[in-house]
Amino acid sequence: MRETLAGTGVMIRLGLRRDRWLLPFWIAGFALISYSTAVAGAELYPELGSRVEAATALNATASMVALFGRIYDPTSIGALSLIKYTAFMTAILAVLMAILVVRHTRADEESGRLELLGGGRLGRDAPLASALTISLGANLALGLLSAAALTAGGLPSSGSLAFGLGWAATGMAFSAVAGVAAQVTASARAATGFSIGFIAVTYALRAVGDLAEPGPSVLSWLSPIGWNQQIRAFAGDRWWVLALPAALCLVLVPAAFALRAARDLGAGLRAERPGPSAGSLAGVWDLAVRLQYRLLLAWSVAFVLFGVVIGSLVSNVGELLNSPNAQDLIRRIGGQAALTDAFLAAEISIMGVLAAAYGVSAANHLRSEEASGHTEALLGTATTRIRWAASHFAFALAGVTVLLLLAGVSIGAGAASAVGDAALVGRSTVAALAQVPAAWVLAGVALAVFGWAPRLAGMVWVFLLALVALGEFGVLWNAPEWLMELSPFRHSPLLPVDSGAVPALAALTVAAAALAALGFAGWRRRDLTA
Amino acid sequence: MDSVVEMTGVVKRFGAVTALDGLDFEVAAGEVHGFLGPNGSGKSTTLRLLLGLLRSSAGSIRVLGLDPWHDVAALHRRLAYVPGDVALWPNLTGGEVIDLLGRLQGVHDRARRDRLLELFELDPSKKSRTYSKGNRQKVALVAALATDAELFLLDEPTSGLDPLMEDAFRGCVRELRAQGRTVVLSSHILSEAEALSDRVSIIRAGKVVETGPLEQLRHLTRTSVTADLAAVPPGLDVLPGVHDVVVTNHRVTAQVEPAGLGPFLDALTSAGLQSLTSQPPTLEDLFLRHYGDISAGDAAAAVGTTTGRSGVPRPGLPGDGGRRSRDA
Repeated sequence: MRETLAGTGVMIRLGLRRDRWLLPFWIAGFALISYSTAVAGAELYPELGSRVEAATALNATASMVALFGRIYDPTSIGALSLIKYTAFMTAILAVLMAILVVRHTRADEESGRLELLGGGRLGRDAPLASALTISLGANLALGLLSAAALTAGGLPSSGSLAFGLGWAATGMAFSAVAGVAAQVTASARAATGFSIGFIAVTYALRAVGDLAEPGPSVLSWLSPIGWNQQIRAFAGDRWWVLALPAALCLVLVPAAFALRAARDLGAGLRAERPGPSAGSLAGVWDLAVRLQYRLLLAWSVAFVLFGVVIGSLVSNVGELLNSPNAQDLIRRIGGQAALTDAFLAAEISIMGVLAAAYGVSAANHLRSEEASGHTEALLGTATTRIRWAASHFAFALAGVTVLLLLAGVSIGAGAASAVGDAALVGRSTVAALAQVPAAWVLAGVALAVFGWAPRLAGMVWVFLLALVALGEFGVLWNAPEWLMELSPFRHSPLLPVDSGAVPALAALTVAAAALAALGFAGWRRRDLTA
Repeated sequence: MDSVVEMTGVVKRFGAVTALDGLDFEVAAGEVHGFLGPNGSGKSTTLRLLLGLLRSSAGSIRVLGLDPWHDVAALHRRLAYVPGDVALWPNLTGGEVIDLLGRLQGVHDRARRDRLLELFELDPSKKSRTYSKGNRQKVALVAALATDAELFLLDEPTSGLDPLMEDAFRGCVRELRAQGRTVVLSSHILSEAEALSDRVSIIRAGKVVETGPLEQLRHLTRTSVTADLAAVPPGLDVLPGVHDVVVTNHRVTAQVEPAGLGPFLDALTSAGLQSLTSQPPTLEDLFLRHYGDISAGDAAAAVGTTTGRSGVPRPGLPGDGGRRSRDA
């Protein structure tokens, strides 16, 4: 074995030990979801006629195509049942795999744990090699198990295998992306952020590509998530497409190792420059802004770009609808204007969920500051606990508002320029701002968890993902109504927003305030914990 | 004298673990108080309770006459704290951190800050992520020492500092003392506490087991005596207050309690004393009495001066400066 890889085996064992709950949970989760979806699909669409009708309607709905992609064989029960999983669940898988790789590379490097291990017989490349190996094993296990689950659920075995391998290959491709990101950036947060940003861009690329007529344009072929859809499992099983993510791995993995060889432990590619020798930070609010503004800036840029792109997709909505079935559908839901509204409403509610994710990440700064020991130094001064906690929480609330304002304006601007209707800017801005209280509720949940069970801060993400999954797949899973009602996103008013939305918005705001009060009360009375 | 810190019967439990078990701790105004104990004995927990970072499970705590849990802002304006484990924001420079902490504390003396930066030879324009452990420690020290606090709580403040910087730190503490400020200095470095402290408290397993001025505590421990004699008389080891007698040829070494010194020296003189070295009890001896192995110490006292059972000879030579192990 090469010297730089020495100790890879030990690192793999360490990684598996650390992830002994996480990985089985993820793998079993994906397999279980696959199985229940296969079974539910067969129940929902027992006959060919109902399948074709549903598939045609989905293919004709622009917001659905933008979000999930197309169904390439309307007669295929597998393609129809799994429509939401080829892009959407794949993106979630990609995020998880990016987190996994960064967790075992840059995060360990930043915390100094790798320095501790580096004193032993540990080669320079061992951490990255072990992270990628663990990721490869996890992806294969997840893909093969899901394939077996789909087959057990009654779907054809060939398509199931194509689908499972698609997940595995795409997950691995994004692991490689994260491996590169971990070398280029100097912090774990930045590496994860870069990877998630990359995933979002590839998702948007395929959305635009899939909406093009006829069929996917070249943009879909520029996106690893698009590749996964072009495998067309259960609708042709194009095995050769699997070569694309494999090829991407063959390019990115050696690149990551080359980048690692070019830098020092703990350093990014850019050398650290000296900063000001005197500080201008006057208090905890300044500090919160200083620690958080970069992340908000990055999210803002992404929101504006994403907003303009999906807003401008409105013009494609009408063109998609050339089949008689679709034309009939339009008439039933109220004509072209209603269709535009429905499309924008779907996009805006997605931005609402994304803004909530930002709110959680900003509010969770509280926990990461406490766990890293920074809070101890601050609370040793005349700063009170509430003042300090309020600084980060207020930033989270303000950040959510800014993001949704930007989303509303940019979606509106994109749509207005596409269809030549300036009134859309105002309409979509109001609709986007109506998503703010629900996102605040999630930030409130993060604060409440911080106040009462700080070690569970990471579970807020699981909670958010569960809400998203429930909203997206709840009906498919036969989830009870009261459970689905728990989600704040379900109570967010959709476009067009009028005065009728006020009670729901007020209730959500009160819920967020109550959660925040609960969190502050817990934080006032508990010990500082590492 | 007024008490700046008063802790009575303080208990702190973390779940099933009892970190502090009925701790009594008192610091007088204007003194430098050494707070000694090994890792895990409860030093940092005690300091965090004094800051209101933790909440006591039982007992009463007053700091500068205030309740640290409830009067946080009023209290913290009057004290400065250096955590045991200094964590800084990686993308802020040292200068920015110092100024931020100073502003948050209240009074931040700019000139004093610059003087301290020079004294500790710290470059404030570097990003915190590039600082070594010692330099991170300096950032926290400069931030604390540049304030106008009445009480300084320093948790192992010199860990990571080189000897020159340690010296600079000692100078700062003496300066604070001369200004009538109170300093609580937690440490496991005995020479440091010995050099600086007016009084020390020793904590063991969550309790203060010994407290008082150094001179007073020294009476509690034994003096190491080494003597070369013309002929070693029998029965040295049955003299009262004489322990751990080891005879090698004409040389005798023993640990002697203050009360036993007179008779022991008489016995040595009458045996033809040729040379004598005695080592006053150091803080280290104090420490070892409480930590080395309490039960071995008790056994030695109980069995008295009989050799054999009580023979837990300290292998290190007296005055060798190294930590001597008692369970060898």
